[in-house]
Amino acid sequence: MTILDKFAHLRATYGSLQAMGQDPFSVRFDKVVSPNEAMLNGRRVILLGTNNYLGLTFDESCIASAVEAVREAGTGTTGSRIANGTYGSHAELERRLADFYGRRSAMVFTTGYQANLGILSTVAGPDDHILIDADSHASIYDGCRLGSAKVTRFRHNDPDDLARRLRRMKDLPGNKLIVVEGIYSMLGDAAPLKEFVEVKREWGGFLLVDEAHSMGVLGAKGRGLAEQVGVEADVDFIVGTFSKSLGAVGGYCVSDLPDFDVLRVACRPYMFTASLPPSVIASVTQALTRVEQDTGLRQRLAFNAHRLYHGLQREGFIVGPQPNPIVSIRLPSLETAITFWNALLESGVYLNLALPPATPDNFPLLRSSVSAAHTTEQIDQVISVFASIGRSLGVIEPEVVAAE
Amino acid sequence: MNELDTIAAEIIKAINALPQVQQSVTQDTNIARDLGLDSLAVMNFVMTLEDQFDVSISMDKLADIKTVRDLADAIAELKRHQTGT
Repeated sequence: MTILDKFAHLRATYGSLQAMGQDPFSVRFDKVVSPNEAMLNGRRVILLGTNNYLGLTFDESCIASAVEAVREAGTGTTGSRIANGTYGSHAELERRLADFYGRRSAMVFTTGYQANLGILSTVAGPDDHILIDADSHASIYDGCRLGSAKVTRFRHNDPDDLARRLRRMKDLPGNKLIVVEGIYSMLGDAAPLKEFVEVKREWGGFLLVDEAHSMGVLGAKGRGLAEQVGVEADVDFIVGTFSKSLGAVGGYCVSDLPDFDVLRVACRPYMFTASLPPSVIASVTQALTRVEQDTGLRQRLAFNAHRLYHGLQREGFIVGPQPNPIVSIRLPSLETAITFWNALLESGVYLNLALPPATPDNFPLLRSSVSAAHTTEQIDQVISVFASIGRSLGVIEPEVVAAE
Repeated sequence: MNELDTIAAEIIKAINALPQVQQSVTQDTNIARDLGLDSLAVMNFVMTLEDQFDVSISMDKLADIKTVRDLADAIAELKRHQTGT
Protein backbone atom coordinates (compact mmCIF):
# COMPACT_ATOMS: atom_id res chain seq x y z
CA MET A 1 0.00 0.00 0.00
CA THR A 2 1.50 3.35 -1.02
CA ILE A 3 0.20 6.89 -0.89
CA LEU A 4 -0.36 6.75 -4.66
CA ASP A 5 -2.70 3.74 -4.57
CA LYS A 6 -5.67 6.06 -4.92
CA PHE A 7 -4.67 6.66 -8.54
CA ALA A 8 -4.94 3.00 -9.54
CA HIS A 9 -7.99 3.67 -11.73
CA LEU A 10 -6.15 6.51 -13.54
CA ARG A 11 -3.16 4.25 -14.06
CA ALA A 12 -5.44 1.62 -15.59
CA THR A 13 -7.15 4.11 -17.94
CA TYR A 14 -3.79 5.56 -18.98
CA GLY A 15 -2.42 2.08 -19.57
CA SER A 16 -5.26 1.16 -21.91
CA LEU A 17 -4.65 4.38 -23.84
CA GLN A 18 -0.95 3.58 -24.24
CA ALA A 19 -1.80 0.09 -25.43
CA MET A 20 -3.65 1.53 -28.44
CA GLY A 21 -0.64 3.19 -30.08
CA GLN A 22 1.07 6.54 -29.60
CA ASP A 23 0.44 7.96 -26.17
CA PRO A 24 -1.22 11.42 -26.49
CA PHE A 25 0.16 12.50 -23.13
CA SER A 26 3.78 11.87 -23.99
CA VAL A 27 4.18 13.44 -27.43
CA ARG A 28 7.70 14.90 -27.51
CA PHE A 29 8.44 17.13 -30.46
CA ASP A 30 12.04 16.79 -31.67
CA LYS A 31 11.85 20.40 -32.75
CA VAL A 32 9.11 22.95 -33.28
CA VAL A 33 10.18 24.68 -36.49
CA SER A 34 7.46 27.31 -36.95
CA PRO A 35 4.03 28.27 -35.53
CA ASN A 36 2.46 25.55 -37.68
CA GLU A 37 5.06 22.81 -38.16
CA ALA A 38 7.19 20.55 -35.99
CA MET A 39 9.42 17.51 -36.29
CA LEU A 40 8.11 14.46 -34.44
CA ASN A 41 10.03 11.19 -34.45
CA GLY A 42 12.02 12.43 -37.41
CA ARG A 43 8.96 13.40 -39.47
CA ARG A 44 7.38 16.73 -40.27
CA VAL A 45 3.89 17.27 -38.82
CA ILE A 46 1.38 20.10 -39.21
CA LEU A 47 0.63 21.61 -35.79
CA LEU A 48 -3.14 21.93 -35.52
CA GLY A 49 -3.59 21.90 -31.76
CA THR A 50 -1.43 24.59 -30.19
CA ASN A 51 -3.78 27.56 -29.47
CA ASN A 52 -1.24 29.64 -31.37
CA TYR A 53 -4.07 31.68 -32.90
CA LEU A 54 -2.05 34.48 -34.45
CA GLY A 55 1.12 32.48 -35.04
CA LEU A 56 3.19 35.04 -33.11
CA THR A 57 5.54 32.54 -31.41
CA PHE A 58 8.04 33.00 -34.26
CA ASP A 59 7.26 36.63 -35.07
CA GLU A 60 10.59 38.33 -35.83
CA SER A 61 9.75 41.52 -33.94
CA CYS A 62 8.60 39.59 -30.83
CA ILE A 63 11.73 37.43 -30.88
CA ALA A 64 13.95 40.52 -31.28
CA SER A 65 12.27 42.19 -28.27
CA ALA A 66 12.72 39.07 -26.15
CA VAL A 67 16.39 38.68 -27.15
CA GLU A 68 17.13 42.31 -26.36
CA ALA A 69 15.41 42.00 -22.96
CA VAL A 70 17.19 38.81 -21.95
CA ARG A 71 20.55 40.43 -22.79
CA GLU A 72 19.77 43.66 -20.97
CA ALA A 73 17.81 42.41 -17.94
CA GLY A 74 18.87 38.79 -17.52
CA THR A 75 17.08 35.46 -17.60
CA GLY A 76 14.70 35.90 -14.67
CA THR A 77 13.49 38.26 -11.96
CA THR A 78 14.07 35.69 -9.18
CA GLY A 79 11.37 37.32 -7.12
CA SER A 80 7.68 38.04 -6.68
CA ARG A 81 5.81 41.12 -7.86
CA ILE A 82 5.59 42.54 -4.32
CA ALA A 83 9.31 42.08 -3.62
CA ASN A 84 12.03 42.50 -6.25
CA GLY A 85 10.03 41.12 -9.20
CA THR A 86 8.37 44.25 -10.61
CA TYR A 87 10.54 45.90 -13.26
CA GLY A 88 9.64 48.96 -15.29
CA SER A 89 8.68 46.61 -18.14
CA HIS A 90 6.09 44.78 -15.98
CA ALA A 91 4.47 48.08 -15.08
CA GLU A 92 4.60 49.23 -18.70
CA LEU A 93 2.89 46.06 -19.94
CA GLU A 94 0.14 46.57 -17.36
CA ARG A 95 -0.32 50.14 -18.62
CA ARG A 96 -0.44 48.88 -22.21
CA LEU A 97 -3.04 46.22 -21.37
CA ALA A 98 -5.22 48.72 -19.51
CA ASP A 99 -5.02 51.09 -22.51
CA PHE A 100 -5.76 48.26 -24.97
CA TYR A 101 -9.01 47.54 -23.13
CA GLY A 102 -9.68 51.22 -22.32
CA ARG A 103 -9.76 50.43 -18.60
CA ARG A 104 -8.33 51.95 -15.48
CA SER A 105 -6.18 49.05 -14.22
CA ALA A 106 -4.46 45.84 -15.23
CA MET A 107 -2.65 43.20 -13.22
CA VAL A 108 -0.19 40.77 -14.78
CA PHE A 109 0.09 37.23 -13.40
CA THR A 110 2.71 34.57 -14.02
CA THR A 111 0.27 32.24 -15.82
CA GLY A 112 -3.29 32.46 -17.07
CA TYR A 113 -4.20 29.72 -14.61
CA GLN A 114 -2.93 31.88 -11.75
CA ALA A 115 -4.89 34.90 -13.03
CA ASN A 116 -8.15 32.98 -12.55
CA LEU A 117 -6.92 31.38 -9.35
CA GLY A 118 -5.94 34.77 -7.94
CA ILE A 119 -8.90 36.89 -9.02
CA LEU A 120 -11.66 34.40 -8.19
CA SER A 121 -10.21 33.38 -4.82
CA THR A 122 -9.65 36.99 -3.74
CA VAL A 123 -12.44 39.13 -5.21
CA ALA A 124 -15.23 36.96 -3.75
CA GLY A 125 -15.13 36.60 0.04
CA PRO A 126 -16.82 34.21 2.48
CA ASP A 127 -20.19 36.02 2.29
CA ASP A 128 -20.18 36.28 -1.50
CA HIS A 129 -21.48 33.95 -4.21
CA ILE A 130 -19.77 32.90 -7.42
CA LEU A 131 -21.95 31.57 -10.23
CA ILE A 132 -19.93 29.66 -12.82
CA ASP A 133 -20.80 28.03 -16.12
CA ALA A 134 -20.82 24.24 -15.64
CA ASP A 135 -18.30 23.83 -18.50
CA SER A 136 -15.80 26.27 -16.98
CA HIS A 137 -12.06 25.73 -17.35
CA ALA A 138 -10.26 23.94 -14.50
CA SER A 139 -8.58 27.21 -13.45
CA ILE A 140 -12.03 28.70 -12.74
CA TYR A 141 -13.06 25.68 -10.66
CA ASP A 142 -9.73 25.77 -8.82
CA GLY A 143 -10.00 29.51 -8.17
CA CYS A 144 -13.39 28.87 -6.59
CA ARG A 145 -11.96 26.08 -4.45
CA LEU A 146 -9.05 28.19 -3.25
CA GLY A 147 -11.37 30.98 -2.13
CA SER A 148 -14.08 30.99 0.50
CA ALA A 149 -17.11 32.14 -1.48
CA LYS A 150 -20.14 29.92 -2.01
CA VAL A 151 -20.09 28.50 -5.53
CA THR A 152 -23.03 27.56 -7.73
CA ARG A 153 -22.90 26.10 -11.24
CA PHE A 154 -25.38 26.99 -13.96
CA ARG A 155 -26.02 25.04 -17.16
CA HIS A 156 -23.55 25.70 -19.94
CA ASN A 157 -24.31 28.84 -21.98
CA ASP A 158 -27.82 29.01 -20.50
CA PRO A 159 -28.79 32.55 -19.39
CA ASP A 160 -32.25 31.40 -18.24
CA ASP A 161 -30.66 28.83 -15.95
CA LEU A 162 -28.38 31.54 -14.54
CA ALA A 163 -31.44 33.75 -13.95
CA ARG A 164 -33.21 30.91 -12.09
CA ARG A 165 -30.21 30.44 -9.81
CA LEU A 166 -29.89 34.18 -9.15
CA ARG A 167 -33.61 34.30 -8.33
CA ARG A 168 -33.18 31.51 -5.79
CA MET A 169 -30.43 33.42 -4.02
CA LYS A 170 -31.95 36.89 -4.31
CA ASP A 171 -32.52 37.22 -0.56
CA LEU A 172 -29.11 35.92 0.40
CA PRO A 173 -26.61 38.55 1.56
CA GLY A 174 -23.29 39.10 -0.20
CA ASN A 175 -22.16 40.04 -3.70
CA LYS A 176 -22.81 37.81 -6.70
CA LEU A 177 -20.00 37.22 -9.21
CA ILE A 178 -21.00 35.68 -12.55
CA VAL A 179 -18.20 33.93 -14.46
CA VAL A 180 -18.30 33.00 -18.16
CA GLU A 181 -15.74 32.42 -20.91
CA GLY A 182 -15.53 34.20 -24.26
CA ILE A 183 -14.91 31.03 -26.26
CA TYR A 184 -15.02 27.60 -24.60
CA SER A 185 -11.91 25.56 -25.15
CA MET A 186 -13.45 22.18 -25.96
CA LEU A 187 -16.07 22.94 -28.65
CA GLY A 188 -15.12 26.50 -29.60
CA ASP A 189 -18.59 27.82 -28.76
CA ALA A 190 -18.93 31.44 -27.62
CA ALA A 191 -21.00 32.51 -24.61
CA PRO A 192 -24.35 34.24 -25.32
CA LEU A 193 -22.83 37.25 -23.60
CA LYS A 194 -25.53 39.79 -24.50
CA GLU A 195 -28.14 37.60 -22.85
CA PHE A 196 -25.93 37.00 -19.81
CA VAL A 197 -25.50 40.78 -19.50
CA GLU A 198 -29.28 41.21 -19.52
CA VAL A 199 -29.56 38.68 -16.68
CA LYS A 200 -26.87 40.55 -14.77
CA ARG A 201 -28.73 43.83 -15.28
CA GLU A 202 -31.98 42.30 -14.04
CA TRP A 203 -30.63 40.54 -10.94
CA GLY A 204 -27.52 42.55 -10.13
CA GLY A 205 -24.00 41.34 -9.49
CA PHE A 206 -20.60 41.53 -11.08
CA LEU A 207 -19.52 39.89 -14.33
CA LEU A 208 -16.15 38.31 -15.12
CA VAL A 209 -15.39 37.16 -18.66
CA ASP A 210 -12.41 34.90 -19.30
CA GLU A 211 -11.27 35.85 -22.82
CA ALA A 212 -8.37 33.35 -22.91
CA HIS A 213 -9.45 31.91 -26.28
CA SER A 214 -11.10 35.05 -27.69
CA MET A 215 -8.52 37.82 -27.08
CA GLY A 216 -6.84 38.61 -30.40
CA VAL A 217 -9.51 36.45 -32.07
CA LEU A 218 -12.86 38.27 -31.75
CA GLY A 219 -13.77 41.96 -31.96
CA ALA A 220 -12.74 44.64 -34.46
CA LYS A 221 -9.79 45.56 -32.22
CA GLY A 222 -9.18 42.00 -31.00
CA ARG A 223 -10.40 42.67 -27.46
CA GLY A 224 -12.58 39.58 -27.46
CA LEU A 225 -16.23 38.58 -27.22
CA ALA A 226 -17.28 41.53 -25.04
CA GLU A 227 -16.04 43.90 -27.74
CA GLN A 228 -17.61 41.87 -30.54
CA VAL A 229 -21.10 41.93 -29.01
CA GLY A 230 -20.77 45.49 -27.67
CA VAL A 231 -21.15 44.89 -23.92
CA GLU A 232 -17.72 45.86 -22.61
CA ALA A 233 -19.20 48.45 -20.22
CA ASP A 234 -21.17 45.69 -18.48
CA VAL A 235 -18.14 43.48 -17.88
CA ASP A 236 -16.46 44.21 -14.53
CA PHE A 237 -13.42 41.97 -14.93
CA ILE A 238 -11.74 40.58 -18.02
CA VAL A 239 -9.23 37.78 -17.48
CA GLY A 240 -6.90 36.65 -20.22
CA THR A 241 -3.71 34.83 -21.05
CA PHE A 242 -0.43 35.54 -22.84
CA SER A 243 -0.10 31.88 -23.85
CA LYS A 244 -2.46 31.82 -26.83
CA SER A 245 -2.81 34.80 -29.19
CA LEU A 246 0.20 36.54 -27.61
CA GLY A 247 2.45 33.52 -28.06
CA ALA A 248 4.23 33.32 -24.69
CA VAL A 249 3.09 32.56 -21.14
CA GLY A 250 1.38 34.61 -18.42
CA GLY A 251 -2.03 35.97 -17.49
CA TYR A 252 -3.81 39.22 -16.70
CA CYS A 253 -6.93 40.81 -15.37
CA VAL A 254 -8.21 44.26 -16.35
CA SER A 255 -10.91 46.23 -14.58
CA ASP A 256 -12.40 49.68 -14.13
CA LEU A 257 -13.16 49.25 -10.44
CA PRO A 258 -11.51 52.17 -8.61
CA ASP A 259 -9.93 50.05 -5.87
CA PHE A 260 -8.75 47.27 -8.16
CA ASP A 261 -5.07 47.83 -7.33
CA VAL A 262 -5.61 46.87 -3.69
CA LEU A 263 -5.66 43.28 -4.97
CA ARG A 264 -1.88 43.56 -5.40
CA VAL A 265 -1.53 43.24 -1.64
CA ALA A 266 -4.42 40.83 -1.12
CA CYS A 267 -4.18 38.28 -3.92
CA ARG A 268 -1.98 35.37 -2.88
CA PRO A 269 -1.42 33.74 -6.33
CA TYR A 270 -0.14 37.19 -7.42
CA MET A 271 1.97 37.88 -4.34
CA PHE A 272 3.63 34.57 -3.61
CA THR A 273 5.10 33.46 -6.92
CA ALA A 274 7.99 34.68 -9.06
CA SER A 275 7.09 37.28 -11.67
CA LEU A 276 7.49 36.71 -15.42
CA PRO A 277 11.04 36.99 -16.81
CA PRO A 278 11.87 40.21 -18.71
CA SER A 279 12.13 38.37 -22.04
CA VAL A 280 8.52 37.14 -21.76
CA ILE A 281 7.28 40.60 -20.76
CA ALA A 282 9.12 42.05 -23.77
CA SER A 283 7.77 39.59 -26.34
CA VAL A 284 4.23 39.92 -24.97
CA THR A 285 4.41 43.73 -25.08
CA GLN A 286 5.51 43.52 -28.72
CA ALA A 287 2.85 40.88 -29.49
CA LEU A 288 0.21 43.27 -28.12
CA THR A 289 1.50 45.90 -30.55
CA ARG A 290 1.16 43.37 -33.38
CA VAL A 291 -2.44 42.64 -32.33
CA GLU A 292 -3.19 46.37 -32.30
CA GLN A 293 -1.55 47.14 -35.63
CA ASP A 294 -2.03 44.08 -37.83
CA THR A 295 -5.75 43.46 -38.32
CA GLY A 296 -4.79 41.14 -41.19
CA LEU A 297 -3.78 38.51 -38.61
CA ARG A 298 -7.38 38.24 -37.38
CA GLN A 299 -8.74 38.16 -40.91
CA ARG A 300 -6.44 35.28 -41.88
CA LEU A 301 -7.34 33.46 -38.67
CA ALA A 302 -11.06 33.84 -39.33
CA PHE A 303 -10.61 32.72 -42.96
CA ASN A 304 -8.72 29.58 -41.88
CA ALA A 305 -11.17 28.82 -39.08
CA HIS A 306 -14.17 29.02 -41.42
CA ARG A 307 -12.42 26.94 -44.07
CA LEU A 308 -11.60 24.12 -41.65
CA TYR A 309 -14.97 24.22 -39.85
CA HIS A 310 -17.07 24.18 -43.02
CA GLY A 311 -14.70 21.76 -44.75
CA LEU A 312 -15.06 19.17 -42.00
CA GLN A 313 -18.78 19.80 -41.73
CA ARG A 314 -19.20 19.23 -45.48
CA GLU A 315 -17.38 15.91 -45.16
CA GLY A 316 -20.02 14.87 -42.65
CA PHE A 317 -18.21 15.28 -39.33
CA ILE A 318 -20.07 16.48 -36.25
CA VAL A 319 -18.49 19.86 -35.48
CA GLY A 320 -19.17 22.36 -32.68
CA PRO A 321 -22.04 24.88 -32.81
CA GLN A 322 -20.08 27.82 -34.29
CA PRO A 323 -17.12 28.35 -36.61
CA ASN A 324 -14.32 29.65 -34.38
CA PRO A 325 -10.58 28.91 -34.35
CA ILE A 326 -11.25 25.93 -32.08
CA VAL A 327 -12.74 23.28 -34.36
CA SER A 328 -13.63 20.01 -32.65
CA ILE A 329 -15.20 16.93 -34.11
CA ARG A 330 -17.20 14.55 -31.96
CA LEU A 331 -16.44 10.85 -32.12
CA PRO A 332 -18.71 8.00 -31.10
CA SER A 333 -16.32 6.11 -28.82
CA LEU A 334 -13.04 6.28 -27.00
CA GLU A 335 -11.57 3.53 -29.20
CA THR A 336 -12.46 5.32 -32.45
CA ALA A 337 -11.12 8.61 -31.09
CA ILE A 338 -7.77 7.12 -30.11
CA THR A 339 -7.42 5.21 -33.39
CA PHE A 340 -8.36 8.36 -35.34
CA TRP A 341 -5.87 10.46 -33.39
CA ASN A 342 -3.08 7.94 -34.05
CA ALA A 343 -3.94 7.80 -37.76
CA LEU A 344 -3.83 11.60 -38.01
CA LEU A 345 -0.39 11.63 -36.42
CA GLU A 346 0.76 8.92 -38.86
CA SER A 347 -0.48 11.15 -41.69
CA GLY A 348 1.43 14.16 -40.38
CA VAL A 349 -1.28 16.04 -38.47
CA TYR A 350 -0.94 16.79 -34.76
CA LEU A 351 -3.98 17.92 -32.77
CA ASN A 352 -5.49 17.37 -29.32
CA LEU A 353 -7.31 14.28 -28.18
CA ALA A 354 -9.82 15.41 -25.57
CA LEU A 355 -11.39 12.75 -23.42
CA PRO A 356 -14.28 12.63 -20.94
CA PRO A 357 -14.75 13.93 -18.26
CA ALA A 358 -12.93 16.99 -19.68
CA THR A 359 -15.38 17.10 -22.62
CA PRO A 360 -19.05 18.15 -22.70
CA ASP A 361 -21.66 15.37 -22.95
CA ASN A 362 -19.05 12.68 -22.27
CA PHE A 363 -18.08 12.24 -25.93
CA PRO A 364 -14.41 12.13 -26.95
CA LEU A 365 -13.29 14.98 -29.19
CA LEU A 366 -10.56 15.59 -31.71
CA ARG A 367 -9.78 19.21 -31.07
CA SER A 368 -8.08 21.42 -33.63
CA SER A 369 -6.98 24.98 -33.07
CA VAL A 370 -6.42 26.97 -36.22
CA SER A 371 -3.74 29.63 -36.62
CA ALA A 372 -3.40 32.70 -38.83
CA ALA A 373 -0.06 31.13 -39.76
CA HIS A 374 -1.63 28.08 -41.46
CA THR A 375 -1.60 28.23 -45.22
CA THR A 376 -4.74 27.51 -47.21
CA GLU A 377 -2.93 24.44 -48.61
CA GLN A 378 -2.32 23.14 -45.08
CA ILE A 379 -5.98 23.57 -44.11
CA ASP A 380 -7.08 21.76 -47.29
CA GLN A 381 -4.54 19.00 -46.71
CA VAL A 382 -5.85 18.54 -43.16
CA ILE A 383 -9.46 18.32 -44.38
CA SER A 384 -8.55 15.64 -46.91
CA VAL A 385 -6.57 13.64 -44.31
CA PHE A 386 -9.53 13.86 -41.90
CA ALA A 387 -11.92 12.72 -44.63
CA SER A 388 -9.87 9.74 -45.70
CA ILE A 389 -9.34 8.49 -42.10
CA GLY A 390 -12.97 9.26 -41.25
CA ARG A 391 -14.15 7.10 -44.17
CA SER A 392 -11.82 4.23 -43.39
CA LEU A 393 -12.99 4.15 -39.76
CA GLY A 394 -16.65 4.51 -40.70
CA VAL A 395 -17.03 7.80 -38.84
CA ILE A 396 -18.41 9.44 -41.99
CA GLU A 397 -20.19 7.97 -45.01
CA PRO A 398 -17.88 6.15 -47.48
CA GLU A 399 -18.66 8.40 -50.45
CA VAL A 400 -19.77 11.94 -49.82
CA VAL A 401 -21.42 13.45 -52.87
CA ALA A 402 -21.52 17.24 -52.74
CA ALA A 403 -25.14 18.26 -52.26
CA GLU A 404 -24.92 21.60 -54.02
CA MET B 1 -43.65 10.20 6.06
CA ASN B 2 -42.00 13.31 7.47
CA GLU B 3 -40.57 15.99 5.20
CA LEU B 4 -37.08 14.48 5.27
CA ASP B 5 -38.33 11.06 4.17
CA THR B 6 -40.36 12.63 1.39
CA ILE B 7 -37.31 14.48 0.08
CA ALA B 8 -35.14 11.35 0.43
CA ALA B 9 -37.72 9.32 -1.51
CA GLU B 10 -37.64 11.84 -4.35
CA ILE B 11 -33.84 11.81 -4.37
CA ILE B 12 -33.81 7.99 -4.53
CA LYS B 13 -36.28 8.13 -7.41
CA ALA B 14 -33.98 10.57 -9.25
CA ILE B 15 -30.93 8.38 -8.57
CA ASN B 16 -32.71 5.32 -9.91
CA ALA B 17 -33.37 7.23 -13.12
CA LEU B 18 -29.62 7.69 -13.71
CA PRO B 19 -28.37 5.36 -16.44
CA GLN B 20 -25.18 4.50 -14.51
CA VAL B 21 -27.02 3.24 -11.44
CA GLN B 22 -27.96 -0.45 -11.19
CA GLN B 23 -27.97 -1.22 -7.47
CA SER B 24 -30.70 -0.53 -4.94
CA VAL B 25 -30.46 2.78 -3.13
CA THR B 26 -31.34 3.62 0.49
CA GLN B 27 -30.97 6.72 2.64
CA ASP B 28 -27.60 5.32 3.79
CA THR B 29 -26.20 4.92 0.28
CA ASN B 30 -22.98 6.89 -0.21
CA ILE B 31 -23.70 8.79 -3.42
CA ALA B 32 -20.19 8.97 -4.87
CA ARG B 33 -18.59 5.82 -3.44
CA ASP B 34 -21.43 3.29 -3.58
CA LEU B 35 -22.86 4.42 -6.92
CA GLY B 36 -19.49 4.89 -8.63
CA LEU B 37 -20.36 8.41 -9.80
CA ASP B 38 -17.43 10.73 -10.50
CA SER B 39 -17.45 14.25 -9.06
CA LEU B 40 -18.76 15.75 -12.30
CA ALA B 41 -21.65 13.28 -12.46
CA VAL B 42 -22.53 14.10 -8.83
CA MET B 43 -22.46 17.85 -9.56
CA ASN B 44 -24.67 17.42 -12.63
CA PHE B 45 -27.08 15.21 -10.70
CA VAL B 46 -27.31 17.80 -7.91
CA MET B 47 -28.05 20.46 -10.53
CA THR B 48 -31.21 18.61 -11.53
CA LEU B 49 -32.21 18.28 -7.86
CA GLU B 50 -31.72 22.03 -7.39
CA ASP B 51 -34.32 22.64 -10.07
CA GLN B 52 -36.65 19.96 -8.74
CA PHE B 53 -36.64 21.42 -5.20
CA ASP B 54 -36.01 25.03 -6.26
CA VAL B 55 -33.02 25.42 -3.96
CA SER B 56 -29.37 26.32 -4.50
CA ILE B 57 -26.82 23.85 -3.12
CA SER B 58 -23.39 25.50 -3.18
CA MET B 59 -20.34 23.41 -4.04
CA ASP B 60 -18.84 23.81 -0.57
CA LYS B 61 -22.00 22.30 0.95
CA LEU B 62 -21.74 19.47 -1.52
CA ALA B 63 -18.32 18.57 -0.13
CA ASP B 64 -19.90 17.64 3.23
CA ILE B 65 -22.66 15.55 1.69
CA LYS B 66 -21.90 11.84 1.56
CA THR B 67 -25.15 9.90 1.82
CA VAL B 68 -28.64 10.29 0.42
CA ARG B 69 -29.76 11.27 3.94
CA ASP B 70 -27.09 14.03 4.10
CA LEU B 71 -28.39 15.38 0.80
CA ALA B 72 -32.01 15.24 1.96
CA ASP B 73 -31.02 17.04 5.19
CA ALA B 74 -29.26 19.77 3.23
CA ILE B 75 -32.20 20.28 0.88
CA ALA B 76 -34.70 20.35 3.78
CA GLU B 77 -32.65 22.99 5.54
CA LEU B 78 -32.26 25.09 2.40
CA LYS B 79 -36.00 24.91 1.77
CA ARG B 80 -36.64 26.22 5.30
CA HIS B 81 -34.31 29.17 4.65
CA GLN B 82 -35.53 29.89 1.16
CA THR B 83 -39.29 29.84 1.68
CA GLY B 84 -41.27 32.62 0.11
CA THR B 85 -38.97 33.05 -2.89
